[in-house]
Amino acid sequence: MHASVRPAVSVNITPPVITGASRETAAPSEMRMTISKVNFWYGAKQTLFDISLGIATSKVTALIGPSGCGKSTLLRTLDRMHETVRNSRLEGQILLDGKNILDQDVTLLRRRVGMVFQRPNPFPKSIFENVAYGLRINGSKLPMGDAVEKSLRHAALWDEVKDHLHKSAYELSGGQQQRLCIARALAVEPEVLLLDEPCSALDPISTAKIEELLVQLKDLCTIVTVTHNMQQAARISDFTAFLLTGQLIEFSPTPQLFTKPTDARTEAYITGRFG
Amino acid sequence: MATTSTTVPSAGPFLGSRSFLARLREGDEIARLVTLLFAASVVLITLLIVYELWQGSVLPRHKFGFAFLRTSVWDPNFDNFGALPFIFGTVVTSAVALFIAVPLGIGAAIFLAELAPARLSDALEFFIDLLAAVPSVIYGLLGIFIVVPVMRDVIQPALKNTLGFIPLFKGPAFGIGFLTAGIVLAIMVIPYIISVSREILLSVPRDQREAALALGSTRWESTWKVVVPFARTGIMGSIFLALARALGETMAVTMVIGNTPAIAASLFSPGDSIASVIANQFTEATGELYTQSLIELGLVLFLLTFILNGLARVLILVTSQRGSAHA
Amino acid sequence: MNARLRWRKFVSNFMLTMTGVCALVSVAVLFFILGYLVYHGGASINWDFFTKLPAPVGESGGGMANAILGSAKLLLLATLFGVPIGFFGAIYLAEFSGSKVAFVVRYAADLLNGVPSIVIGIFAYGVAVQPFKHFSTFAGGFALGVMMIPITLRSTEQFLLGVPRTLREGAMALGASKWKTIATVVVPAAYRGILTAVLLAFARVAGETAPLLFTALGNRFWSNGWNEPTASLPVMIYNYALSPFEDWHRQAWAAGLVLLGLILVINIVARAILARGISVPRA
Repeated sequence: MHASVRPAVSVNITPPVITGASRETAAPSEMRMTISKVNFWYGAKQTLFDISLGIATSKVTALIGPSGCGKSTLLRTLDRMHETVRNSRLEGQILLDGKNILDQDVTLLRRRVGMVFQRPNPFPKSIFENVAYGLRINGSKLPMGDAVEKSLRHAALWDEVKDHLHKSAYELSGGQQQRLCIARALAVEPEVLLLDEPCSALDPISTAKIEELLVQLKDLCTIVTVTHNMQQAARISDFTAFLLTGQLIEFSPTPQLFTKPTDARTEAYITGRFG
Repeated sequence: MATTSTTVPSAGPFLGSRSFLARLREGDEIARLVTLLFAASVVLITLLIVYELWQGSVLPRHKFGFAFLRTSVWDPNFDNFGALPFIFGTVVTSAVALFIAVPLGIGAAIFLAELAPARLSDALEFFIDLLAAVPSVIYGLLGIFIVVPVMRDVIQPALKNTLGFIPLFKGPAFGIGFLTAGIVLAIMVIPYIISVSREILLSVPRDQREAALALGSTRWESTWKVVVPFARTGIMGSIFLALARALGETMAVTMVIGNTPAIAASLFSPGDSIASVIANQFTEATGELYTQSLIELGLVLFLLTFILNGLARVLILVTSQRGSAHA
Repeated sequence: MNARLRWRKFVSNFMLTMTGVCALVSVAVLFFILGYLVYHGGASINWDFFTKLPAPVGESGGGMANAILGSAKLLLLATLFGVPIGFFGAIYLAEFSGSKVAFVVRYAADLLNGVPSIVIGIFAYGVAVQPFKHFSTFAGGFALGVMMIPITLRSTEQFLLGVPRTLREGAMALGASKWKTIATVVVPAAYRGILTAVLLAFARVAGETAPLLFTALGNRFWSNGWNEPTASLPVMIYNYALSPFEDWHRQAWAAGLVLLGLILVINIVARAILARGISVPRA
């Protein structure tokens, strides 16, 4: 089904560096974010090396690789959540709609780039308040029932919770909590939604629901997801980037990466020979 | 190509690298400054206490110097003030308290940490915590009406008959006095010793115990020869903590010690402690020198507890870190 | 060899039993105290105790209404003064401070926590009595408030630090600024712990006597406003217990029962709140 999608970026070992003028001429409307030459350190330890890749608009991009490969770190740089860690240092450029996110106000950036975490982290509030949270902190005083309903519908949770919106979010199951977190992120209408192994704490049925959801959400926003589950990447993503020890090994349209990997290390990984 | 770099300083968690102005606009900078103000006031109050005690005791410090600590005369009528009887009373009552509380407290802590099933241990710890919450004036109340009569009519005569040849147990049985104050103090500090020692013992790694048992030790031997020595420093810490409490304890002691400045060999003798003399005389002290001498006693008490608390904290920290590093 | 082993086993069992006895004796003290207070105080608690002023010296009857109200006023002041400093100070420590400043503040708080209560009394006398030339409810509340600060501060900090990082990240990922994250997510998530901390600090100072002796002093009558000396339950217990009147002893027991009952109930409530966990489930 993804075969018809013409990839905006199709690179192998060294992905093209797409910046400034070349970006605009190459694929102005198709590239929501562009990462170029990103290096990252925790203290003295470098965990990302010269990463460059583009995030296509309204597509699902998956980051895969064995644990510790830097995929979560890379994801977190996209809304600058890495700054919550002391002594971290980032070099390089990350563009969102052509503007460097490192020069922008971080809170505004995070309203445009939402994030869903590995473990569901609903706030200790009601279901309604969780979804309304992002709107409230943005100063919205309007009745937000409609917005909350819309987000919950987008997150495919509405039918399950509509009768008890004012119950604590902690009474939901793990899978429901994660979909609530997605609804919470969607409520502020982000342009990009980042998901950090969103299904790793969930059972297979809940996982299936979230996977289905992500594919539907493509129309709403651009999605970047980290997963160590290759099948998941294969099922839901349009593009897949494979990282190993902080380096981008291969970045291709998903069907291509999983069927005709160009790098031996990618092949070894997807055929289960390590990781 | 244009490359930007951001570095997150180690200034604090979640500070981010936003500009000062951006943080100001968002309110973060204001929140930081406001909370800093409150945090700083804690330091300020603490410094102010030291300042008050120091400034408030200028006169006697200049007039008596260190002789204040060595003089045993406390005579407000002739403006002669020496702290020795009170230091003596504080030290003696605290010593009696520790003599009783340490074995009892450590014994109980061993039971709670090593023997009792977790549920029983937690339940007993709950009661111990409640015991620690009983205010000192209540201990004083029970001290006067229960401990004092029992001491006067039963325990002191008994001690005199059996151990009367030792100067410690000579003299008339008043009921009140050093021994009674020490016993009431002991009851008050036992909960502290138990709580802290129990925590420390529980932090001793399992393998220490198992190694001893595997070598054929009895349960007591593994506890006494391996677990307790491992936790030794922390238990010392709990004792210092208890000592600091005992030294500064005011109400219960004031109510049973007898309030007579005296240095006596007998534990049956009425006496006075630093805290009790302040409690008794502060409001009725006439004249600057008198009041300031009492404040200087407060300074002495502050320094004593300051040193002991510091030592206790270091000892407890050292042990619990060693335990957790090991585990 | 066999005899030696038997001896070792005997010693082991004996000593272990003794530790049990130690524990039993220590805990028994609590029930002993409670029992005695209920026995002596229970009979003396009546309506008058809560509603009447103390009887003139040497006369029977009367109550401690003024001391009960006085204690309430003192504790209200103490809470108003001590809790904000402890709470916001803890927020600074847990959320904003660098390690050096945090060390200094924590050190000061621990030091403050170890200061004997009688010394706090001297301090409060120096800053809140002497300059105004009279004893007052205000000075007593200040003294108790100072004692509440370190307890509130250190435990609140612990509970704030216990709020999972993922919750903060959840809020920040939605574009919440730092203080909004704290106000809308971190503090609500830790509120049970913070409530416990405040309750325990409150219970701790509720029975304090020494800091009141030369700040709030005492008063045989109603205390008007906040500028007059006031009676309080702990000081009443102290004075009545040392008095030569049988009827006052009776009332001291009654006051002791009321005071201890209040403190134990607060302690138990606080621990019950905490036992239900802080409101965030741990992953």
